[in-house]
Amino acid sequence: MRPELELIGDWIRSGTRVLDLGCGDGELLAYLHTHRQVNGYGLEIDTANILKCIQTGINVIHTDLEAGLADFGDSSFDYVIMTQTLQAVRHTEALLDEMLRVGRQGIVTFPNFGFWRYRLQIALQGLMPVGKTLPYQWYDTPNVHLFTIRDFEELCRRKRIDILQRTVLDYAHRARIGPRLWPNLLGEVALYRLGRA
Amino acid sequence: MPHTFPSDSVGLVIPQTAHFAEPLALDCGRSLAEYEIVYETYGTLNADSSNAVLICHALSGDHHTAGYHEGADPAKPGWWDNCIGPGKPIDTREFFVVCCNNLGGCKGSTGPTTINSDTRKPYGPDFPIVTVKDWVRSQARLADRLGIQRWAAVIGGSLGGMQAMQWAIAFPERIRHSLVIAAAPRLSAQNIAFNEVARQAILSDPDFHHGHYYEFGVVPRRGLMIARMLGHITYLSDEGMRAKFGREMREGTPNFHFNFDTEFQVESYLRHQGRAFVDRFDANTYLLMTKTLDYFDPAASFDQDLSAAFHRTQAEFLVISFTSDWRFAPARSREIVRALVRANRKVSYAEIPSEYGHDAFLMPIPLYHEILRGYLTRIACEVNGHAA
Repeated sequence: MRPELELIGDWIRSGTRVLDLGCGDGELLAYLHTHRQVNGYGLEIDTANILKCIQTGINVIHTDLEAGLADFGDSSFDYVIMTQTLQAVRHTEALLDEMLRVGRQGIVTFPNFGFWRYRLQIALQGLMPVGKTLPYQWYDTPNVHLFTIRDFEELCRRKRIDILQRTVLDYAHRARIGPRLWPNLLGEVALYRLGRA
Repeated sequence: MPHTFPSDSVGLVIPQTAHFAEPLALDCGRSLAEYEIVYETYGTLNADSSNAVLICHALSGDHHTAGYHEGADPAKPGWWDNCIGPGKPIDTREFFVVCCNNLGGCKGSTGPTTINSDTRKPYGPDFPIVTVKDWVRSQARLADRLGIQRWAAVIGGSLGGMQAMQWAIAFPERIRHSLVIAAAPRLSAQNIAFNEVARQAILSDPDFHHGHYYEFGVVPRRGLMIARMLGHITYLSDEGMRAKFGREMREGTPNFHFNFDTEFQVESYLRHQGRAFVDRFDANTYLLMTKTLDYFDPAASFDQDLSAAFHRTQAEFLVISFTSDWRFAPARSREIVRALVRANRKVSYAEIPSEYGHDAFLMPIPLYHEILRGYLTRIACEVNGHAA
């Protein structure tokens, strides 16, 4: 998670207002609070995570993301962030729309299903991929939509979502030359900063 | 009475009385020339008086929140004893805890049963209807008296949660944290309707005598009992009642009697709750407090915009609701949270899975108490200056 935190932190202006969808135990918000002095809330459904957020002083709001973000006004946040969550929600498209309604910008990270190791596992072993960013077996995974970098960018094009910035990390979670040249093959994790005119 | 108490109990407590000679202007336009407030405290106020926590009671609660009274049933500590004490979520080793009986109450603070010095008779129905705002003003005077400039936290469930909210709105600089539990930003038509049926039960009791029943040596038992029975239905959930009573018959009632005796367990439970309540509560106070609930509406002074009501607040908020509470359902708590987010206030919100209905806020539900403990531990660090 560490390199991802720092990269997201680099994209965020200090003193802004952020909403973290599926904030987990609040690690990202704690980081952004310390390093970017953001004012933010995390939305989370898991009560054990909510408890951890409260214990560490993170503003957390018990929310089912599948129900949308109706409680939040248009452009009421500078950034709406979704780290490693998009692949685990059912209404992916609707949530992307909600994200860019509530936030002036959206930040999304997800595991790239097109990563070469995952391709090899399917092609050579004939098994559903399991790895660092996809640690689950097919039968117990919370991920309901698996997609690649190309899939995601195609969706953005179709939905007229502007990709303002992209960083792709390799298997060691570094943003090096390889994943920059062949993101969909060498990238294990993708980070996007999105907007909509 | 044995003077050994559980180690996590605040032990024997003695209620105290504060007399206020300065008139208190009330929202209804009248004022109380002088009044008394009965309260209890647990724990020790720290050197800079920053560790004080106010507990606000709900409709039928009082100042006896934790510990035991001299000569009282050792099985019956204060109403929130499971949450307040050394090592409990509201830890009396860290906090100086204060709880008072609200004005209009019947447990010692000035209310309908108090003798009106002008008439030398109990106020009865002539006692002014007080509002949540009035209560908060009177609690602020008690805080002054106790040397508390700013509460570390104001905590309350149900009607108590409304006071916690009102504190943040009325005295932004005098409260660090507001804990609003199982509350609502205002009553719904359905809530008011239930209150109205409860009031009609009391008002139509022949022993009510327009509220002057004290002079006739009677109390409107039947009315108050029905009001409480009705209230209890709204405090429990359908699933909770099913789990607790189902369609169980009372012992020795194997078959239907085809009459109106108490046959089902749930009937027996409600009658017991109703009867027990009549012995400890005053009908005029019940009428008054249901009206206090009906009138609560902080958004009303801000063009019906609740977030505008929160704009001046400085407190941080913790809002908690319970899944099976249908009196003040989770959606009502989310209205509060939404308004706080729009007002850019610090807020956390948790919805606790429970089948206890509205009553859940009084239950020692592990997740609920862990959340309170986690939140209050951080407050203790802020005010007592040590690490978590």
